[in-house]
Amino acid sequence: MAAKPMLHYFSGRGRMEPIRWLLAAAGVEFEETFIDTPEDFEKLRNDGSLMFPQVPVVEIDGMELVQSRPILNYNAAKHNLSGRDTKERALIDMYIEGVADVNEMILLLPISPPAEKDAKITLIKDRTANHYLPAFEKVLKSHGQDYLVGNRLSRADIQLVELIYYVEEIDPSLLTNFPLLKALKARISNLPTVKKFLQPGGARKPPVDEKILEKARKILKF
Amino acid sequence: MCAFPGVENPGDSIMAAKPKLYYFDGRGRMEPIRWLLAAAGVEFEEEFLETSKDLEKLRNDGSLMFQQVPMVEIDGMKLVQCRAILNYIAAKYNLYGKDIKERALIDMYVEGVADLNEMYLFWSISPPNEQAAKMTQMKDKIANRYLPAFEKVLKSHGQDYLVGNRLSRADIHLVELLYLVEELDPSLLANFPLLKALKARISNLPTVKKFLQPGSPRKPPMDEKCLAKVKEIFQLK
Repeated sequence: MAAKPMLHYFSGRGRMEPIRWLLAAAGVEFEETFIDTPEDFEKLRNDGSLMFPQVPVVEIDGMELVQSRPILNYNAAKHNLSGRDTKERALIDMYIEGVADVNEMILLLPISPPAEKDAKITLIKDRTANHYLPAFEKVLKSHGQDYLVGNRLSRADIQLVELIYYVEEIDPSLLTNFPLLKALKARISNLPTVKKFLQPGGARKPPVDEKILEKARKILKF
Repeated sequence: MCAFPGVENPGDSIMAAKPKLYYFDGRGRMEPIRWLLAAAGVEFEEEFLETSKDLEKLRNDGSLMFQQVPMVEIDGMKLVQCRAILNYIAAKYNLYGKDIKERALIDMYVEGVADLNEMYLFWSISPPNEQAAKMTQMKDKIANRYLPAFEKVLKSHGQDYLVGNRLSRADIHLVELLYLVEELDPSLLANFPLLKALKARISNLPTVKKFLQPGSPRKPPMDEKCLAKVKEIFQLK
């Protein structure tokens, strides 16, 4: 019987959150070891079995994986969320990389210099409203199906819906003109596994606040 | 029917059409794609963006899902995002491992290479007064984090390739990086005999050998002229 995956990260969203979303949506129970102090981080880094001394780290199926994409790719493939063939996968990859680009902007926002923050928020809002959301709305419109690719649930739906939640946290009005995206969000949120994840007490982490940020800064030394 | 970029048009019989690469005439984010296609023995065409108007045109055509390049037309799809493109090519030409566990290792190695490539990309467009410090940082990471990690993988199994005892994209992307490292500072490779051997071995594969010869699609390092062009095309400061 395979052990549950073990996630190593600090207790916050950061780069681990998409992994939590994907595992949860796939119905995979996992455990988390939270890095609470710089010493915890040093210990993990000096463990000797990490390919690169960085987090996220996920222990799964006898492997110690670092880097978000290997972790996400492995779990998506394992749980049949990567499409049926290489062409479906190409579309899925294209969509999730677009999502990742926006996530990166949002992820780095709390640590940008205060003088640059407003400009960065404006940029995120502009890109989201004018490039990314329209592109995904257009995909859904083009085939009229319930899911982005291949008429069935894939990681693209999960990762996009995660992003839609973040966009809403920044400014709910950004979603106004995207009825199909709103419908996708509702549909995915209603899947039993996702519903459970979204409930209080689930593994989902709250938005970054000053306290979490300070802790992360101290531990990860940025 | 569906004119959405990235979605195949039914009825197009473009079975054996060569992939077409849309980018500027330089390495940038397209070079790993050129390396991978070349190593896989796939002939391809290139359409070079010369000005910001060329990029505008592609955007207005609806060819770019997120308004960005690289874009590759391949097998009826207009793919953007490097990883989507590379993943597709690697899978199609059996350079992505034989199962999901091999793929996990390949992905991990490839992402390490990508991180370093990203550092280099940003370095090449940073203000001259910041470049020296950034280069020092990069060289430190190369010498102390990345090269040792890859040397260790090769040492751990003693095989000729990084994963699964056969050629994969991981070997190709890493060797591309080793060439870059050599351009920056050949001495960085001094203490890594297995990496040097891998570089020699991969460079000797007929397809790669051909790509490394003058006249191939391989692009030279960015120079002042290319940098100016890039800044204009992408409207960078």
